[in-house]
Amino acid sequence: MQRATLDLWVGLFVLAGIGALMILSLKVGNLDTYNGSGTYVIKGNFENIGGLKIRAPVKSSGVVVGRVADIRFSTKTYDAIVTMNIEQRYQFPKDTFASILTSGLLGEQYIGLDAGGDEAMLKEGDTIMKTNSAMVLEEMIGRFLFDKASEDDAF
Amino acid sequence: MPKRIIAGIQKIGHRTIEGIRRLGHATLFFLLVLLKSGTSLQRFNLVVRELYYVGVLSLIIIVVSGLFVGMVLGLQGYETLQKYGSESAVGTLVALSLVRELGPVVAALLFASRAGSAITAEIGLMKATEQLSAMGMMAVDPVARVVAPRFWAGVISMPLLAAIFSVMGVFGGYLVAVVFIGVDAGSFWSQMQSNVDFRIDILNGFIKSCFFGVAVTAIAVFEGYDSPPTAEGVSGATTRTVVTSSLAILGLDFILTAFMFRGL
Repeated sequence: MQRATLDLWVGLFVLAGIGALMILSLKVGNLDTYNGSGTYVIKGNFENIGGLKIRAPVKSSGVVVGRVADIRFSTKTYDAIVTMNIEQRYQFPKDTFASILTSGLLGEQYIGLDAGGDEAMLKEGDTIMKTNSAMVLEEMIGRFLFDKASEDDAF
Repeated sequence: MPKRIIAGIQKIGHRTIEGIRRLGHATLFFLLVLLKSGTSLQRFNLVVRELYYVGVLSLIIIVVSGLFVGMVLGLQGYETLQKYGSESAVGTLVALSLVRELGPVVAALLFASRAGSAITAEIGLMKATEQLSAMGMMAVDPVARVVAPRFWAGVISMPLLAAIFSVMGVFGGYLVAVVFIGVDAGSFWSQMQSNVDFRIDILNGFIKSCFFGVAVTAIAVFEGYDSPPTAEGVSGATTRTVVTSSLAILGLDFILTAFMFRGL
């Protein structure tokens, strides 16, 4: 086979391969959500994180604003320290409320941020003060039964 | 009776020693190929020629099988997922299974049988017809001139073929789930995009296919170079290439998956 035709076919093959990788990362994967603007780190202490996983989304009003970077257990306070990477373009007030929520009935768990009214913004490394733990089904049922029982006692 | 038992044990021992000797021989040969690949990387058109035979000619089987694997995944995934009312997750299912496992593994298996066997047969025949010794006589190193370009062509084309396989598979899944069955296109893509991660899924799949490319081509060139210079020897070597590289792919896949997704 002639050199030029050979080169053409191999060139097409390599371009198709690279194109396939691009499609995989942009169309199938979520590379386009990793924008270059960078992230800042904030932390939150939760009493119970339920089934929260590393890389779970951090959402505010349903929009993904960051991801969970790390989950640790603190032996000082005996609660979970969740580190979140928030995109630089989203700034939140200091008194932002963080709660662990579930998307749908069987869906994955994520952190929901509700912005507060403080003038000062959360900065790199800050800790969110107001947090709300994950709902654990057994605890909820237990509390419900307990409430029911105490109601019955009143009568 | 004890004599036969001893003979049996001897046979096992002989096989083991022979197997380990071959493994060591293959490792040394692999290092030799790496050592002598300088020339083939300098004269890159040698590699380009092999890229045509190894990569471009494998495209058709990769594209067609990718498409069908994706379509079957779409059908089967839909059948199961619709029982739980989550048929829009079929995109996630198709994309994750292709990008993580089926893309690299099935593409590598096809590559081993399509290109690996061809490489072994070619090098084995060259050896049987004493072309390799003739090269040696002319002070042309057959490892640098014949083996190394084929090795690098295989290593380069494997990840590209695996990526093409995955893309065709996702397209096949899209065809079946969205176009034929009528799953909502928006939720198909958005669920896929929110669940397929670039680093965890796509990059790890790419790394897997790189490993498979090295393994398959290294086995293929070694079997060809090591084959007995007879017609029977070449055919045996070709068979061994396909069997050994398929087993190597599946074994490596388990090990790599254990490291990548379980964080062992």
